[in-house]
Amino acid sequence: MTPTHAPLTRVDLEHLPDIARGSALLGTGGGGDPYIGRLLAARAIEEHGPVPVTALADVPDDALVVVVGGIGAPTVMVEKIPAVTEVTQAIDRLRPALPRPITHIACTEIGGVNSMLPIAAAARTGLPLVDADGMGRAFPELQMLTPSLMGVTACPLTVVDDKGNAMLLDAVDNLTAERLARAITVEMGCSATYTMYPMRGAQAREGLIPATLSAAHDLGRRMAAARAEHRDVVAEACAALAGLELFRGKVTAIERATVGGFARGRASMEGTGAHQGRRLDLEFQNEYVVARVEGRVAASVPDLVCVLDAETGTPVTTEGMRFGARVAVIGAPADPRWRTPEGLRLVGPASFGYDFPFRPVEELAPR
Amino acid sequence: MHIGIDVGGTNTDAVLMSGETMLASVKRPTSANVTDGIVAALAGLAEAGPLDASAVAAVMIGTTQFTNAVVERRQLSRTGVVRLGLPAGTGVPPMSDWPRDLAATVGHHVHQAHGGNEFDGRVLSPLRPDELRAIGERLAADGVDAVAISSIFSPVSQDAELTAESLLREALPEARYSLSHRIGRLGLLERENATILNAALLGFAETVTEAFTAALTSSGIDAPLYLSQNDGTLMDVMYARSYPVSTFASGPTNSMRGAALLTGLADCVVIDVGGTTSDIGMLAGGFPRQAGSEVDIGGVRSNFRMPDVVSVGIGGGSRIRSEGGVTVGPDSVGHALRERALVFGGDTLTATDVAVAAGLAAVGDPALVRGLDRHLVRHALERITHRIAETADLMRVTPDPLPAVLVGGGSVLLGDRLPGFDSVVRPGDAGVANAIGASIAQAGGEVDRIYPLGTGDRAKATEAARTEAVERAVAAGADPATVEVVDIDELPISYLPGNSVRIRAKAVGNLLLGETR
Repeated sequence: MTPTHAPLTRVDLEHLPDIARGSALLGTGGGGDPYIGRLLAARAIEEHGPVPVTALADVPDDALVVVVGGIGAPTVMVEKIPAVTEVTQAIDRLRPALPRPITHIACTEIGGVNSMLPIAAAARTGLPLVDADGMGRAFPELQMLTPSLMGVTACPLTVVDDKGNAMLLDAVDNLTAERLARAITVEMGCSATYTMYPMRGAQAREGLIPATLSAAHDLGRRMAAARAEHRDVVAEACAALAGLELFRGKVTAIERATVGGFARGRASMEGTGAHQGRRLDLEFQNEYVVARVEGRVAASVPDLVCVLDAETGTPVTTEGMRFGARVAVIGAPADPRWRTPEGLRLVGPASFGYDFPFRPVEELAPR
Repeated sequence: MHIGIDVGGTNTDAVLMSGETMLASVKRPTSANVTDGIVAALAGLAEAGPLDASAVAAVMIGTTQFTNAVVERRQLSRTGVVRLGLPAGTGVPPMSDWPRDLAATVGHHVHQAHGGNEFDGRVLSPLRPDELRAIGERLAADGVDAVAISSIFSPVSQDAELTAESLLREALPEARYSLSHRIGRLGLLERENATILNAALLGFAETVTEAFTAALTSSGIDAPLYLSQNDGTLMDVMYARSYPVSTFASGPTNSMRGAALLTGLADCVVIDVGGTTSDIGMLAGGFPRQAGSEVDIGGVRSNFRMPDVVSVGIGGGSRIRSEGGVTVGPDSVGHALRERALVFGGDTLTATDVAVAAGLAAVGDPALVRGLDRHLVRHALERITHRIAETADLMRVTPDPLPAVLVGGGSVLLGDRLPGFDSVVRPGDAGVANAIGASIAQAGGEVDRIYPLGTGDRAKATEAARTEAVERAVAAGADPATVEVVDIDELPISYLPGNSVRIRAKAVGNLLLGETR
């Protein structure tokens, strides 16, 4: 993702709708609806003013960066909306476990609701927000962050609920941290807020994916402009993501199941227009994981598989996918470090239970 | 026999039905007080044929008055808003995303209090009676007429909202109350928004339902009165008094169902060709396929389910241009068709003109379009048919043969063949499709809840949801012998290691009508 506009230097109310729209698409079907997140961020900015944004390259060596976000079920978060105090407490409770004061906040994942919670956290704590994230999209688990690839640990981390219950966790590795944090989240009512991955400035600069907040904003802005000007939103999103339109069609079947704690499912689509007579099968595990056209893989994790409403260009989530919907499917390249052998070990097809090797979307695409 | 009435902004239509057969229909202007328009329409039915008032078993009314009240920001009461769920929820207080003018109309009487539940029914925080009593006194001092109460996870447990109501009643005994667990599904903000709108409309609902009842009484009809809901089922008038928001968006649903009933089809594509656009929807098993996304009512986000309708910019008033190939629309002369179209002596070539030139329609003066280029006429009509057929085809999800039902004033633009559809049906009396849709006598019930599952009781949860949906349908007036679960949807909860599932179930049955006298 490369923004065509100047990067953000601050986040104010006017930026939120575009960031939310862009991050909804980058959520690749999961990550939670950014709508609630947008309102949380708006409220925080109304009370505390706009959030200053620091470019990743400008984060000083002596900085201490943490990522902030929500853990649990988005279905629960739309009902049990977080308390004002949750995001600030998650940060405050981590401070005593750290050698130095926290200086910056970054996003865990730019996809979905977690693009917005850090904005609220930054507004309420007065800390600057780094224009970067740890995924470049949405992934389901907390070890699936790019800093993991260079050995940064998620711990010490805090998980805090609406009532002020806080857990400070020091796990032996990031995978264990994920298991333990998720278990406590269930007890906390399935929606909680965390602060994790404390990083020195140099680690953050190397480990995080740069300019993704600006890229989400740019993506959302371009999609909105395309829609307002009656241009093709799908084509515009493809251009912004350097992605490919894999398919247009209508959903003819949808199946869902819970397997091993993941909301899994598949949707089948029958092609329309230029795709008439072809079929696309989409498999999801919280997010869209694999798209197959006529039985052949056309895009898979860690690359982004995004679905949009073909008429309005609105991103379609796995939960919002419904029978009869007219949709377009986009495949877009993931950050290059996810495509390395180490990256693929963490978030490649095998880590989602598939035995096919990863191939980049631009190589797979039918010509 | 029974009577279906559609009270629109402009016209009040009424149909007299015997079962699924229409005996008579009339169209009268809607009156400012509503009552007179209905009385006139009922009188019209009596003139159209022998109407034995004592033989009318039920009257069903579809109305857009409550939607219009919200859109136009009128007839709304000063409303207190109480959300239970502290300490959660403070990140987004009630009415955060409302348009300013609408928020000002209902007032800013917003309070958050302790209470609410977790997703699995555990108490989130205990209710604090003194806190609620203090809020009640404050709302009483503010002079609110209505109170909306929402509670986190109230679709799972209703206790907090019920207790809060009784505590608030101590200071506000006369106020009208609306409780969110009776209004909507999961999604606190959307359900809360609907509850606030509902509470704000309760006063107007009394006025309107009384006007309806008065109209029947003065017409000598002593039969139960029902109102159409957005999903195509009915609610009785006492229920409607408490749940006016349930009428939102019933218009398009009634129109599609009415069109289908006129043709006797339960599965079809319905194409409503208007003056500016054609709206295309899909009927499956007699009910419109529903759209997935949240909807705005007067600028407020809500989660009512709306019919899945796609629009294409072609209608009777669409402008036809011939420079560089024939084009149709998307601009239209709209309401000015009768001044601007060639057949009415105007100067603008419209879709209606080419239909008249081709002999498909007989409106205006055909002599005024006799000189039109025949190739232009043919190309324009082909283009119209092609665009509409293409869009309608997007709505179908199986290759099975499917009929297309054409309604609306602009449907003359289409011939008797539509590529991709095995037949084209044009019901007579399509002008009163809304009133006919309202007259379809069915009642329904719905459940939407997260069920935490232990091992092996998934089937039990589904069964519990089914049973409750059926019970709700029967409570709404459905004949237990005919109630069926028409829709059941299981959504596993994502990002949760536990086994939890969100189940939505909907049951529908024929309305249990009183003995026909």
